[in-house]
Amino acid sequence: MIEFKNVSKTFTAKEGTVHAVKDVNLTIPDGKIYGIVGYSGAGKSTIIRMLNGLEFPTTGSVTINGSEISSLKGKELREQRLKIGMVFQHFNLLWSRTVLENIEFPLEIAKVAKEERRQKAQKLVALVGLEGRENAYPSELSGGQKQRVGIARALANDPEILLSDEATSALDPQTTDEVLDLLIDINKKLNLTVVVITHEMHVIRKICDHVAVLDAGKIVEQGPVLDVFKNPQQAITKRFVNQETSSASLDDTTVVVSELLEKYPNGLIVRLTFHGDQAKLPIVSEMLRQFPDVDLSIIEGNIHQTQEGALGSLYIQLLSEHHDSLQGALEYFNTMRVETEVIKREQ
Amino acid sequence: MNSNGFASYFQFSNVNWANMGQATWETVWMTVVSIIVVTILGILLGLVLFETNGSSSILIKILNWIVAAFVNIFRSIPFIILIVLLLPTTQLIMGTIIGPQAALPSLIISAAPFYARLVEIAFHEIDHGVIEAAEAMGATKWQIILKVLLPESMPALVSGITVTAISLIGYTAMAGAIGAGGLGNLAYLDGFQASNNAVTLMATVIIVLIVFVFQYLGDFAVKRIDKR
Ligand SMILES: Nc1ncnc2c1ncn2[C@@H]1O[C@H](COP(=O)(O)OP(=O)(O)OP(=O)(O)O)[C@@H](O)[C@H]1O
Ligand SMILES: [Mg+2]
Repeated sequence: MIEFKNVSKTFTAKEGTVHAVKDVNLTIPDGKIYGIVGYSGAGKSTIIRMLNGLEFPTTGSVTINGSEISSLKGKELREQRLKIGMVFQHFNLLWSRTVLENIEFPLEIAKVAKEERRQKAQKLVALVGLEGRENAYPSELSGGQKQRVGIARALANDPEILLSDEATSALDPQTTDEVLDLLIDINKKLNLTVVVITHEMHVIRKICDHVAVLDAGKIVEQGPVLDVFKNPQQAITKRFVNQETSSASLDDTTVVVSELLEKYPNGLIVRLTFHGDQAKLPIVSEMLRQFPDVDLSIIEGNIHQTQEGALGSLYIQLLSEHHDSLQGALEYFNTMRVETEVIKREQ
Repeated sequence: MNSNGFASYFQFSNVNWANMGQATWETVWMTVVSIIVVTILGILLGLVLFETNGSSSILIKILNWIVAAFVNIFRSIPFIILIVLLLPTTQLIMGTIIGPQAALPSLIISAAPFYARLVEIAFHEIDHGVIEAAEAMGATKWQIILKVLLPESMPALVSGITVTAISLIGYTAMAGAIGAGGLGNLAYLDGFQASNNAVTLMATVIIVLIVFVFQYLGDFAVKRIDKR
């Protein structure tokens, strides 16, 4: 378990002091993928770098399984670092070494015997899907392949924790998803704790169990990913969630919704939120069967896969002569544990 | 003998080939021995400059200042003056001020600081993220030097050696003029003072060839090791 207790960090630069991290409290459970999301300069890198002693807190403490990283020095710190792997945005591979030699590098640092190093590196090459490229140099690899080497290298000394500092930010969407799948795979196979920092909600949604939202050095919101997506509290979190769930269509939806509200003042515009298995049930058609006088038109809908299952949202319009049927329909949704939100006309 | 006519360049019968061979050997010997020492010293000094750069500890700052001062001073003294300046030191270390051995101290002391700067620059050009990655893996300072700094800067280190070696060849000729032997000495004594232009021309041609060989070897090595 990783714990940040009242951690603050200030940098003294020529231009004055920068409060990069402000009073952060975090608990990261073992074996989970924990995401920290925030805009550029929010202090994400500073936080993750405190976990392997590349940065030390100004006040507060950072502990891993009870031992305080922030108080380790010299040999002790180096030994602790062997148990923490890190993946970087710009890969940071040694250009002078082949794929296999790059993966062996941390094993050399740990003074593992040559024969064992080779075998271990070969296994990792297979784990990250780079068979056949063992003897290629980094300059001969694509970004995605380089990051696979970076991940294999980070895993070489069987770490308990894997840190990922914007590991997919330099990759295209397709490659990003491949690398994210690899991270999930590794988390499941090796059962290690993964701390992911990113500015993309997509990454959080796709692989994380928990998320913390960082704004100007402060954690403003944290919780299970599904909860945060379903029910974002802070404005910044809403912005992050919207960035992922509704991409470009949000504005269009608002226009259509207000037009419909004007045209059919008696109808209801409802936003349904499905999660988990409900997303796969025919709940809407069942409702129509129960309330045959209700007319339904679909305005917009989407569905996303998260670590805890599917998360869908659907904007629909419900029309009926009978007000009771509309109420009944809403209640039906609620009993099916579909969240409903009636959209009102903006004043 | 006529030292004025253009034709005098081509009076090869005046060239003593045994002396020419001996002088060539001396030049190559001076260059190779000093480049070996310069490489070692330069890398050490460059490492000290790189590692002590930007530290907050007073002692380390002083060390950085001393090494930087040494490097800067000896890099700025013109070579011909440095030889003269070092005559007593040379006498003390080598026991003589004549012959190829006597040229070594001045050659080394003038070229090592030059190479040290090239080494420092080469280290600074390494992507800082790579050094940090090694640190994050738990590497010691020595492991970082041996496994990251040196291999990752190897092309720049080698091309730096090439540049340094070529200027060393020039220096050996200068040293030769005041008694250190080699092709410079031969060109000066047999060529200039004995007005034998063919000897001067031959010495020039051989020096140019030596430079080309060094350049070629350097370029070839860089091409082989650079996998970027
Ligand atoms: N070594 C340093 N010296 C001075 N200021 C620093 C240093 N490192 C970080 N900072 C400052 O601390 C703040 C947080 O930086 P940090 O790198 O943690 O942000 P980040 O969230 O990782 O941003 P990005 O997404 O751009 O990587 C920034 O204002 C930055 O300028
Ligand atoms: Mg960062």
